[in-house]
Amino acid sequence: MGWFKRSPWVLHYNATSCNGCDIELIVSFSPLYDLERFGIINTGNPKHADILMVTGSVNAKSRQVLRNLYEQMPNPKVVVAVGICATSGCVFQDCYNVLSGIDKVLPVDVYVTGCAARPEAIIDGILKARTILDEKYEQQKKAPRSRAGS
Amino acid sequence: MNDIHTIIKSLSILERMLAFTLIAPLAGGLLTGIDRKTSARLQGRYGPPILQPFFDILKLLRKERIIVNKFQDFPIVLFLLFTIFSGALFFSGASLLLTIFGLALAGTFFVLGGFCVASPYSHIGAEREIIQMVAYEPMVILVAVGMYQVTGSFRVGTIVQHPAPLILFLPGIFAGFLFILTIKFRKSPFDLSMSRHAHQEIVSGITTEYSGSTLALIEIAHWYEIVLLFGMVYLFFAFNSWLALVMTIATFFFEIFIDMNYARFKWQLTFLSAWLFTAVAGVSNIIVLSLLR
Repeated sequence: MGWFKRSPWVLHYNATSCNGCDIELIVSFSPLYDLERFGIINTGNPKHADILMVTGSVNAKSRQVLRNLYEQMPNPKVVVAVGICATSGCVFQDCYNVLSGIDKVLPVDVYVTGCAARPEAIIDGILKARTILDEKYEQQKKAPRSRAGS
Repeated sequence: MNDIHTIIKSLSILERMLAFTLIAPLAGGLLTGIDRKTSARLQGRYGPPILQPFFDILKLLRKERIIVNKFQDFPIVLFLLFTIFSGALFFSGASLLLTIFGLALAGTFFVLGGFCVASPYSHIGAEREIIQMVAYEPMVILVAVGMYQVTGSFRVGTIVQHPAPLILFLPGIFAGFLFILTIKFRKSPFDLSMSRHAHQEIVSGITTEYSGSTLALIEIAHWYEIVLLFGMVYLFFAFNSWLALVMTIATFFFEIFIDMNYARFKWQLTFLSAWLFTAVAGVSNIIVLSLLR
C-alpha cells in the first residue's frame, strides 16, 4: 500500500558543504515550505532514517563518516545528493582532497542540482526519493535475502 | 454519557481490560495525530495528516531489523507489556496505586533498554530519563494519596463514582499533576531524554539504537501511556462526565500550547522546578486537606 511513501524520515549530512544547501534543506522544513505535510520528518539519527540527504563535495575526511551513516541505516534506504557539489564536485572537482560527487562513495538515487539548491528543487527530490523507497521495498520483498542498495 | 457508564459496569474485569488493550492504541494514535496537526497550525504550517502516526508505525514495522545486542528488545517488550497492564488495571477500575507502580516499573524497563546498548547518546538519554522519573514520581503518588483522602479509597471504580467534585478538594494536586504531565508526555520544556526533533545534542536520546519494529513498540507504548494519563485527568472531574470530557480535552490542548511556547530546560531546572511545584502545590494541598478533616 506504499507505507514508505507516506512517512519517509530524512537524515541530513553535511559532507564539507559551504552551508548554502544545508540552509536551503532546513528551510524546506520551515513553515513556508513545510515538508512535514507529507509526513516527512528530519530525524538526525541514521537508525530512524529512510532517506539520506547529503550536501557538499565529499572529501577524504568525510568519506568514512558518510559511509558509516549509510551503513547504519536500516533497509530500504535511498540516497539523495543535494546541490551541484554533491552531484559532481562543481568547481572543487579538481582539488586534491575532493572526491567530487557523493556517487564515488555511495549509490545515489536522486540528484538535486543548483548552487545553492532551491527548496522547491529539494522538495521535488525528496518526493522522487520516496517513490524510489517504495520501489526498493517491493524489490526487497521479492528477493528477501539480498540487501537493496549495497 | 451515563449509558457509557452502564456499559462499562456491565462488562467483567477481563472484558474491560481487553477493551482498553484494543481501543487505547487507536485513541492514543489519533490524539498524537491531532497533536502534530495542531502543533503545525500553531507554527503556521499545514501539518501532516491526522492519521500520520499510524502511517509511521506501519512503515516502521516494514523496516529492516537491526539489533545491536541480544537483550536490546527484551526491556522494550516489557515496557510495552507493563504500560498495557497498568492501563488495563486503571480502566478496569482496580487500584490506583497498583496502576502508578506498574507505570513506574514500565518506565524502569524503558531506562534499562536505554542502558543495555553501547551508544553514549542512549546512555545520556537514559540518565536523563531517570532524572525525569525522580522528578515526576512524587507528584504521581501524591495524586493517589490526595484522592484517597477525599474518597477514602484507592480503587478507581470507587473514585470515579464519588459524588463530590474532586477538583474542589484537590486544586493544588491537579496543578501539580498538570506540571508533571508535560514531563510524561515528553513535551517541551521537559523533552530531555528523547525527542523527535533533529539537531538536538543527544541525537534521539534513549531511542538512538532502536529502529524499525522496536521503535514502533516504543511509540505504541507511549500511546497507551497517553490514554492512561488522560484517564487520570478525567478522575479529577468525574462527578460530571461531560465536564470531565471537556476538561480532559482542554488539558490536551493546554499541553500542546505549553509545548509550543517553551524551549528545553536543563535537567537541573527540570528537577528543581518539578520538586518545588510538588512541594508547594501538592504537599500543601495534602496538609490543608488533612487539617480540614
